[in-house]
Amino acid sequence: MNRGMSIIVRTATRLVYALILVFGFYVIMHGHLTPGGGFQGGAVVASGFALVLVALGTAGLKGVLNRHLLQSLEEVGALAFLGLAFAGVGTAFFYNLLANSGSIFGATDPSALASGGLLPLMNWAVGLKVMTGIASILIVMIIGARKEAVE
Amino acid sequence: MKRALTVAGFLLVAAFLVVAATTIRPFGEPSHTEMDDYFLSNCQTEVVANNVVTAVVFDYRGFDTLGEATVLFAAVVGVLALFRTVREDER
Amino acid sequence: MTLGQMPFVVSALLVVLGLYALLFKRNLIKMVIGVSIIETGVNLFLVTVGYRAGGQAPIYTYSDPSAVRVLPTPQALTLTSIVIGLATTALLLSFVVFIHRHYQTLDAEKIKELKG
Repeated sequence: MNRGMSIIVRTATRLVYALILVFGFYVIMHGHLTPGGGFQGGAVVASGFALVLVALGTAGLKGVLNRHLLQSLEEVGALAFLGLAFAGVGTAFFYNLLANSGSIFGATDPSALASGGLLPLMNWAVGLKVMTGIASILIVMIIGARKEAVE
Repeated sequence: MKRALTVAGFLLVAAFLVVAATTIRPFGEPSHTEMDDYFLSNCQTEVVANNVVTAVVFDYRGFDTLGEATVLFAAVVGVLALFRTVREDER
Repeated sequence: MTLGQMPFVVSALLVVLGLYALLFKRNLIKMVIGVSIIETGVNLFLVTVGYRAGGQAPIYTYSDPSAVRVLPTPQALTLTSIVIGLATTALLLSFVVFIHRHYQTLDAEKIKELKG
């Protein structure tokens, strides 16, 4: 169980990592209007998790991240993406069901936030999958590689 | 002998790649743009979104994104499975 | 050879550099870095294939509606390729950690259990 880096780095990380998470969620959410989307925003949030792991050490895992929660959230993201793909299977696989209709994501103006049909929901599912998947890989590799040094 | 063969093969592949890069189509004139012209002109009315790249990734060619999500899931499961056996015989 | 073909030549040079690191280095980590450089060269090539002369990004927010736009499909394929490169590198590095744990060395010449 290592303590991480010096106290200046630890204090700065505790202040900054929430801003990184907010920026990552912004990039995921506006994926159908500005450059970005699920994969890019998921990578930004995963780099925030990497900052927490490096600066706060594995002792930071108890207070900030929970390993089993991350693994189950990744499965939820993958199943949600598959379920959204099957949602319009009456017409075609991956049919965009909610675009151009009057309901919740079906605005007809393409510059509105609530437009795009199933696109924002798929962005959220893929973003959740990417960020929790990369965070799980990082945590398992850091703990697994350090056991070698303990023996 | 084996090292000379490796060096010769590597130089052959390198020369082939550089010559192919200079005699390919001129930079800035793609061929067969009919599919992309259809995507660019019909994206704002069918998929009501302003970002054509996201519409191509998730709506027009969503099947490729399904394959990519599967590859990412397989990689995460593989890494988790590799590091799991060490913890068991440490117990 | 005109100077206008420079983006294609740069991506070919990146692939050649990655091949050199993969073939002629003996440390396993340097081989993994070579694989990653090859993937970077291929992604660069994919993006530069879809360029139209004088074009702008294929996004309609706050932009001129009558401008010439580059092709969006190669950019979508590059997104997929980058994520697959990440998955490959993660698995390769896990294998390197395991090999070091078993053989206590990272030299490719000394790992000989599968040889003839």
